Amino acid sequence: MPRIKKLFVNEGEAAIDADPQQSLLEVLRDQAGLTGAKYGCGEGQCGACTVLVDGKPVRSCITPVEAAQGKPVTTIEGLAKDDGLHPLQEAFLQEDAFQCGYCTPGMILSASALLQQNAQPTRQEVVEFMNGNVCRCGTYPRILRAILRSAEPSTGGSQ
Amino acid sequence: MNRQMSPMDRANERRRQLELESYPRHSPAQTSGRTRSRASDETGGGTPEHFELSRRRFVELFGAGIAVGFLLPDAFSGPQESGGGRRRRRGTPEEISAWLHISEDGSVTVYTGKVEVGQNIRTSLAQAVAEELRVPFESIQMIMGDTDVVPYDRGTFGSQSTPRMGPQLRKVSAAARETLIDLAAEKWQTGREKLKAANGQVTNPETGKSLSYGQLTQGQKLVKTVDENQPLTPTQEWSVLGRSQAKVNGRAFVTGRHHYVSDMSLPGMLHGKVLRPPAYEATMRSLDTSKATAMEGVKVVRDGSFVGLTAPDAPTARAALDAIQAEWEIPEQPSRQEIFQYFKDNPVESRGWRGREPHVAGSVEDGLKAADQTLENTFHINYIAHVPLEPRAALARWENGKLTVWTGTQRPFGVRDELAEAFQMPVEKVRVIMPDTGSGYGGKHTGEAALEAARLAKSAGKPVKLVWTREEEFRWAYFRPGGVIEVRSGVTQEGRLTAWEFHNYNSGGSAIETLYQVPNQHIEFHPARSPLPQGSYRGLAATANHFAREVQMDEMARKLKIDPLKFRLRNLKDARLTAVLKRAAEVFRWTDRKAHKGRGCGIAGGFEKGGYIATCAEVSVTDGQVRVERLAAAFECGAVVNPVHLHNQVEGALIQGLGGALFEYIDFAEGKILNPRLSGYRVPRFSDTPQVEVAAINRKDLSSAGAGETPIVAVAPAVSNAIFDATGVRRRDLPMVPDGLQNSSPH
Repeated sequence: MPRIKKLFVNEGEAAIDADPQQSLLEVLRDQAGLTGAKYGCGEGQCGACTVLVDGKPVRSCITPVEAAQGKPVTTIEGLAKDDGLHPLQEAFLQEDAFQCGYCTPGMILSASALLQQNAQPTRQEVVEFMNGNVCRCGTYPRILRAILRSAEPSTGGSQ
Repeated sequence: MNRQMSPMDRANERRRQLELESYPRHSPAQTSGRTRSRASDETGGGTPEHFELSRRRFVELFGAGIAVGFLLPDAFSGPQESGGGRRRRRGTPEEISAWLHISEDGSVTVYTGKVEVGQNIRTSLAQAVAEELRVPFESIQMIMGDTDVVPYDRGTFGSQSTPRMGPQLRKVSAAARETLIDLAAEKWQTGREKLKAANGQVTNPETGKSLSYGQLTQGQKLVKTVDENQPLTPTQEWSVLGRSQAKVNGRAFVTGRHHYVSDMSLPGMLHGKVLRPPAYEATMRSLDTSKATAMEGVKVVRDGSFVGLTAPDAPTARAALDAIQAEWEIPEQPSRQEIFQYFKDNPVESRGWRGREPHVAGSVEDGLKAADQTLENTFHINYIAHVPLEPRAALARWENGKLTVWTGTQRPFGVRDELAEAFQMPVEKVRVIMPDTGSGYGGKHTGEAALEAARLAKSAGKPVKLVWTREEEFRWAYFRPGGVIEVRSGVTQEGRLTAWEFHNYNSGGSAIETLYQVPNQHIEFHPARSPLPQGSYRGLAATANHFAREVQMDEMARKLKIDPLKFRLRNLKDARLTAVLKRAAEVFRWTDRKAHKGRGCGIAGGFEKGGYIATCAEVSVTDGQVRVERLAAAFECGAVVNPVHLHNQVEGALIQGLGGALFEYIDFAEGKILNPRLSGYRVPRFSDTPQVEVAAINRKDLSSAGAGETPIVAVAPAVSNAIFDATGVRRRDLPMVPDGLQNSSPH
């Protein structure tokens, strides 16, 4: 199978050279220099590796890079437009919704996908959507608040 | 050390000893004589070791400005327990535990060996400096856990950063502030007492003149020390401490720009992998690395029992590892099904562990005779894993005979010493740097990945990065100990305790003593052999000991038909524990709770590491599935340093504690971990998250204690007591309901 030579990441083109079966996570981190997505479990159980492919959240550690070929990929580095912060990033800061921060990029990307498809989710909808993302420090109540705060119309909701 | 040993074997040997120093840890290969006291580690706050920066070098390194270091008190300058008798003279740099430097442009840099793993000590220590130095919080840069530039520190564990490093940095900062006032007084030829320091400058209110710290520092090359006696700003006058301050570099985390070790890279860097045995204690019988060696760019390194490899990229490294063929012999080892009997049958002699000396008062037998009701119970504690979301990682580089390793460890200096020992080089030739790391919870005291990366980098002649897989992290790190706890107690009909006997086998001695008033007591910790590697954990054994104690208390209260809260208060004289119990009950609305089918409430409380915690839990049980609906906790750890981060820590501890309480356990047989993956090891998720209410009691009259650990200890007993309240079924094992209430715990 031919090797994959480029990816569309964060509205730009990244030159890569990867086996089609190599994980998207490893290619993003080792070849595209985008280390915001993290390795946590390697089996799609913790969500630390979450990125958006075509606007949908995927566990990049178990996603072969070929699945992202030709599609727009968004990582935490590319979530906010220009130099500012995405409303979710602001909300995470305001709610102190992390401790060690290792799960945070995956949390924010998953949440951004949720708000994209459901601008004003209920608490239960957030819990269900986010259940694949683990925060081992246990900041779930704060993350829930941050997502719900970000979804409030007064704060502008998701982008 | 045996000169015939390979560096990696030497490292393994040394590591065993180091782990024991930081927490009682047994591996089957370990002999009992090596066990060292943990108490000396965690109460001593760090034995100062050689601090290689002389005054002269310090000035060279930092140039002009004002530097103030904290001089450790006399208590730590006497002969050491190791027998080395290293007496130190006062004022020599090796007694320094922290430095603060103000440069000519007024910027403030703080040097401490403490490290950041999500507990937000980077933020709260900067608050301590800003408070006393009277500078804006944002002007402070914290240099943490870099062994070449920060003073020696034993490690970040035991909730010691807030009670020990906090005051030390405050004293250093206060002394620096006073020095700046002196300089201004000299410049203005005026009395110092009328001058004020605020917002990074010294002002004379009479003349209206002011000089910034930068202006005052210009041309100075002052190096000072300060000791315990430096006066501090009283808690009542705090303006930076005691207030919520957001995580100092929070923006870097939400944007993905913070670089954890696993995110770092160096030019020419190779990727490392290590061959792991299939089980503990396995011996290699044969090894064939020919296929791996034949791969392009792959180099296999064999050093004693260590087999590792380097490759130009991660996929090649993995493929090469898969291509290595090895045969192993695995000795017989106990399995989980027999572990509790095993702990009782395999005591080890360990001098000096806290709780090892039995705590005895009166006569338990007499107390039991005097009781109207007696109760005897056995509790089982399974091994659990820390599961820090960032697994162990290290990046190692050799350059001109100097080794630099970036790694996530709670003990950078300990890892530096391990590396120096393994490669037989002076500690000055080894530098360990710890960037803010993806959590630890007591699980990252060791430096395995650092040693492995350094060994591989040495052979490769290039920098090597090595990141453990989740499975490696499960199998080759260490666990919170399992254990057995046996309790016998007696109580009068009026609800007064008469007898208390408590034996803990293997799970540890922290918080083993009871704060309840009992005239007749026998409390003892019995160290045992552990078939799995075990070590520190958030709250250490305090969770297990509180679980057994507070469930036993609840059972006695139920037997007597006395409200569990009232029963506790009746047997308590400790005002601080009483206060948190009452406050938690108030927040939870304990007295308003109503009986609902399938719903129940429980309470538990305790004390550990200077902090007092009480937790109330409400559970629902539907078709045998237990769900914790609500948790309310009151926590008191003296004067509150940073309210928002204190609340965050308490909430996090409560939620993490639910895992070990309800469903986390390590399954093992024949030296193999059977569930070394997140798909087989359940951790708390959003759907497990209850409604959480936290009340922090701010005791401004008391010095601040740490908050990272203690809030976890009362979760499990509160939940067990709530399950009983809901169902009449008593759970005395951790975890309590790995497969729901119908099925028994995993043993």
